[in-house]
Amino acid sequence: MTTTLNPSNGTASIRARTKRHRLFFTIRAAPFVVKLSLLGMFTVFAVAIFAPWIAPYDPNDTNILNSLKAPSWIAGGDPDHLMGTDKLGRDMFSRLIYGIRVSVGLSVLGVVIGGVLGTVLGMLAGFVGGFWDRLVSSMIDIQIAIPFLLMTLVAIAALGTDIWVLIALLGIAGWETYARVVRAQVIAIRARPFVEAAYAAGATHMRVAVREVLPNLVAILTVLFTLNFPGIVLLEASLSFLGLGVQPPTPSLGRMVSDNRNDLALVWWTALSPVFVIMIMTLMIQLIGDWLRDVFDVRLREGRRQ
Amino acid sequence: MAQFLFRRTVNAVITVFLILVLVFVAARIGGDPVSIMFPDGIDAETQAAFEANLGLDKPVPVQFAYYMLDLAQGEFGNSIHSRESVIDMYMDRLPATLTLASLAFVLSIFMGIGLGLIGALRRDAPSGRLAMTVAFLGYSVPHFVLAILLIFLFGYVLRTLPTVGNSTPYHYVLPAIVLAAGLTAAIARYTRSVLLDVLSEDYVRTARSKGLSDQLVHFKHALPNALIPVVTVLGLQLTSLVSGSLIVEEVFAFRGVGQLLVGSVRDADFPVLQCGVIFFGLAVILINLLVDVLYAVLDPRVRVAS
Repeated sequence: MTTTLNPSNGTASIRARTKRHRLFFTIRAAPFVVKLSLLGMFTVFAVAIFAPWIAPYDPNDTNILNSLKAPSWIAGGDPDHLMGTDKLGRDMFSRLIYGIRVSVGLSVLGVVIGGVLGTVLGMLAGFVGGFWDRLVSSMIDIQIAIPFLLMTLVAIAALGTDIWVLIALLGIAGWETYARVVRAQVIAIRARPFVEAAYAAGATHMRVAVREVLPNLVAILTVLFTLNFPGIVLLEASLSFLGLGVQPPTPSLGRMVSDNRNDLALVWWTALSPVFVIMIMTLMIQLIGDWLRDVFDVRLREGRRQ
Repeated sequence: MAQFLFRRTVNAVITVFLILVLVFVAARIGGDPVSIMFPDGIDAETQAAFEANLGLDKPVPVQFAYYMLDLAQGEFGNSIHSRESVIDMYMDRLPATLTLASLAFVLSIFMGIGLGLIGALRRDAPSGRLAMTVAFLGYSVPHFVLAILLIFLFGYVLRTLPTVGNSTPYHYVLPAIVLAAGLTAAIARYTRSVLLDVLSEDYVRTARSKGLSDQLVHFKHALPNALIPVVTVLGLQLTSLVSGSLIVEEVFAFRGVGQLLVGSVRDADFPVLQCGVIFFGLAVILINLLVDVLYAVLDPRVRVAS
């Protein structure tokens, strides 16, 4: 498996100030849609964090008398509900806000777990080599060979639709990308003089890993995080849509779509508004990911087995 | 070549075995079938009789041996809920799923290569940009999001196409389009980038300087060479048809094997789940094996290198 991953200016550590400068200029030179997406994602994260202050109602407050009210901005809409209400009279705007919070929160957790897991295992394989390298490498091969959605279905059937099962699955979903890249990088970095010097000075594997190698992986890991994110958002939304992810009454965007899709004959806003939120979110993250990949000139060959 | 095929086949067999173990373990963890069959509980004696009947009173390794033996004889057992033979349930639904997948496959090859061609040959023209925008959308929008949008548009606004079930040929149109979207996008993006590389090759310049027409150069010289690597990405993405069909069938209430499998997870119907996972797992592994062979046949370098 040849995974080459080279930031355009080499992996040598660059002073933090120059890095910030470079980042600033890169963003300024980015295409307009990418800037828009960056702004959009900032908004999404802000919405996720400040959801309780933004949402005008409790997302789970039902009121049958208020069922299927139209959004306030269309003719005949209910002025109290910006995005109308669903079948049970719950405020759609509040549900969307909380849905974003749940989806983004779970996806970030999944990406971080996958990143940590993959980095640790990749380092283990790269540093220790031998048996551990073979073990991690074959685990990567297995993960690539079996479609993850199938494994997810088996795991959920066995362990139930618990939120922790979901988080674990979202974490496992992406670990192999990090592990592959980190392993290859560690093997490359290990051969460099400054690592040799550290070993000569009596540093342990652990110290070299954390102090010498990890800082050199930050740029690549950032790109990988972004590239992995849309896939995890998508997996969470798809599982929730199938009724196997986030369980009611917790609002999640995927579940909202599947719960409300039968109302499409009557009203459009209950099913289409979460659909648009998911669509815009995945498009923005994908645009940022594609742009970052170009900036870092990352050639992430999709995992061909061996 | 023989050695290459042998190694691939061994890998495939190992993966199949792992899937079988995974399903077996999941079924043991997921709770005993007797309590799923009788949620209200039964007396201890009947329970013991049922367990003896299902072989659950034996030690786990013995159970595993019986399980493998049964599978080897094509014995997949009966559904816990409907008591129907699992294999019959799948065989009943298999034609619909295969038809849908083949439709999507053919559709995505034509549309993908078409879009890729436009994207590469009209690189800076609006038509080329539009082609790549369509590909980008297909690549980043989740299956169920696209499905809901199309259901709303064609089923409720235009009222031109049916959106539920698969009783007539018309019912296949929307599911096939949704299922094809991801594959189309992947093929389009890849065809474009490979074609752009090929167009700057020496032999293309030679062909041009001979005075051949653009059409002849593009379709006789460039495209066939560009399509070799496209075959690999095709194989890699073909598995997306498999996981895609799980979701697409669910959205359109399409009576296929994917819907059966997803339903079995919700019902904790392990015999059905087991058969479905093995079926889908085998499909994916066979596809990958086939693509490897095809690739080796198409590209002599692979044969020599291995």
